[in-house]
Amino acid sequence: MASDTSTYDTQKEEQYRAEVARVPLVTNDRSAQWVTEKVSVLTEKKTPLWWWIAILITSPIAAFGFFCLFYQVSTGVGVWGENHPVGWAWDITNFVFWIGIGHAGTLISAILYLTRQQWRTSINRAAEAMTIFAVCCAGIFPAFHVGRVWFAWYLFPVPNSNGIWQNFRSPLLWDVFAVSTYFTVSLLFWYIGMVPDLATLRDRSKSKLRQWLYGIFSLGWRGANRHWRQYEMAYLILAGISTPLVLSVHSVVSFDFATSVLPGWHTTIFPPYFVAGAIFGGFAMVLTILIPARWIYPQLKDLITEQHIDKMCKIILLTGSMVGYAYAMEFFMAWYSGSPYEIWVFLRNRVADPYIFGPLFDVPPAPYWWAYWSMITCNVIAPQVFWWKKNRHNLLIIMIIVNMVNAGMWFERFVIIVTSLHRDFLPSSWGMFHPTWAEQGLFFGTFGLFLTLFLLFMRFLPMIAMAEIKMVLPEADPHRHAAPENDGTKEAQH
Amino acid sequence: MAEEKRVYAIAAEFKSPADLMHAAEHVRDAGFKRWDVFSPFPIHGMDKAMGLGKSWLSAIVFVGGLTGLLTGLGLQFITAWYIYPTIVHGKPIGWMTIPAYVPVIFELTILCSAFACVGGLALLTRLPQWYHPLFNWERFSRVTDNGYYLAIEARDPKFSQTKTRQLLDEIGGMHITLVHE
Repeated sequence: MASDTSTYDTQKEEQYRAEVARVPLVTNDRSAQWVTEKVSVLTEKKTPLWWWIAILITSPIAAFGFFCLFYQVSTGVGVWGENHPVGWAWDITNFVFWIGIGHAGTLISAILYLTRQQWRTSINRAAEAMTIFAVCCAGIFPAFHVGRVWFAWYLFPVPNSNGIWQNFRSPLLWDVFAVSTYFTVSLLFWYIGMVPDLATLRDRSKSKLRQWLYGIFSLGWRGANRHWRQYEMAYLILAGISTPLVLSVHSVVSFDFATSVLPGWHTTIFPPYFVAGAIFGGFAMVLTILIPARWIYPQLKDLITEQHIDKMCKIILLTGSMVGYAYAMEFFMAWYSGSPYEIWVFLRNRVADPYIFGPLFDVPPAPYWWAYWSMITCNVIAPQVFWWKKNRHNLLIIMIIVNMVNAGMWFERFVIIVTSLHRDFLPSSWGMFHPTWAEQGLFFGTFGLFLTLFLLFMRFLPMIAMAEIKMVLPEADPHRHAAPENDGTKEAQH
Repeated sequence: MAEEKRVYAIAAEFKSPADLMHAAEHVRDAGFKRWDVFSPFPIHGMDKAMGLGKSWLSAIVFVGGLTGLLTGLGLQFITAWYIYPTIVHGKPIGWMTIPAYVPVIFELTILCSAFACVGGLALLTRLPQWYHPLFNWERFSRVTDNGYYLAIEARDPKFSQTKTRQLLDEIGGMHITLVHE
């Protein structure tokens, strides 16, 4: 019986393998040498003109952001528009926006690794870099919104001048631990993953400086199998601990709201809803960056193939629909709870527009109805075009949709924060939120910082995980003998 | 001067991951202990071909995680219950508010596991090690590109300059060379 099952299984496996004729992860049958050459050369050849133009645009934007920050610190946090009743607005919106963007990187590097989605190998390095830069941008907001930033050390687990310790039961302190752990672990994961590729750059270096710098950072890596086996275990463990970590980070971020008693925030759906939204927004940002990168460097088209873009669009469709479900469920629960305050926030502060839902429910339009409906349009309706394969292969449509998602996810956080706060329990304190130039400038500046860091990454570090790509090439299979057809001389067919 | 330097190893290049794996199986069966194979990426099944067991890194990470867990418990309970009990939001001090302490415990567990993982990796691989005799071999620079190598160290009790070279030759090694320290 036992032997029967085993032969049956082998046959069945062979059959399945034959049936599932998979699209190759690297197209045009490229060799390992081709991968090394095409990826390394991005850091080796003369700095292209577009790069200088791009960084000359992004770095002044970043500098302007820092100027706004300097103005805020030197003058006081009152230069921002936050005031009673809207005590949190753009600062926390931007924080949640950026930290959410980071989550796609960890999803790609950790969760897709554990689930053996080998297509992740060509995009994980860039996505992880994006995570780290996004968390850098995110960290600015909570650190500086405290006002007197030189007292930010009160957040660290050391007693203050009066010997008082932190309130460890506060979600804001959980946030400090979650975000700093997230940044540290992401950085370690990114760096450890990069060591073999830095060694590749070291071995190809022509100049002393490059040899020296890449030599130091590659730690003397020599590709020994006795090292690889420890390395692979380390990678697996880091992926294993990053997976619950990434889920915990955005859950903790959502606790900042969910553990309060404010209608619109006080809801148990927040952790999964925030995590799905973070992955949704993060993948949109990955595509926003990788599609232009692939257009600038056409040789990457064999590594970041149409299949990759197609799969990312499917993830956006899935998570976008999950977010849409969460919006609907929030609304349903507000009604089902019977709490007049909950119903007020969802109907009169968010949904009621002047044209359809306001007249339908016979309520005056919500002051922020445009923000709510921008969010629904961008996050729930727009991604539905990805049901059609044709749209998942049209780069222009993808770029439009993912940028709508980027905007929509910002609106989501704005809606959650501002529309819940601007009309609180005391009607005499109701008011609207008006952002000032200083906080608009800072938000604009974080985009400059993010893009500048990404441009530096593209220029000086291996943008694609070469060693990991080589692992998924047919020639890496120790049971295959023939060398690949294309040694890099033939050009890609596009 | 080069002649005076001690021999570190005898090394050979192989054509493909498959060849390297067969070679590794032969070297393993010949009973060598101090040897290694080098490749641009980890080769599936090579640990078995080399006769290596499971990595012990997970044990180090477990200890790291446990340290983080205990740090999280100690940091919060000692400070919030004994050093300076603070009652915020009317939440009492005691076991009944345990869930509110979980996030920090969890994050510290993860953080210490990650440090233990990277530290353990450095310990087990003995990296960083910026100088290594193999880097003196010119052909070896392709190890991070598409080169596959096998080196048997002179420290191995079975090592013999003639016999080991012969073995490497028999199992299909190319460019067999002596690597000096």
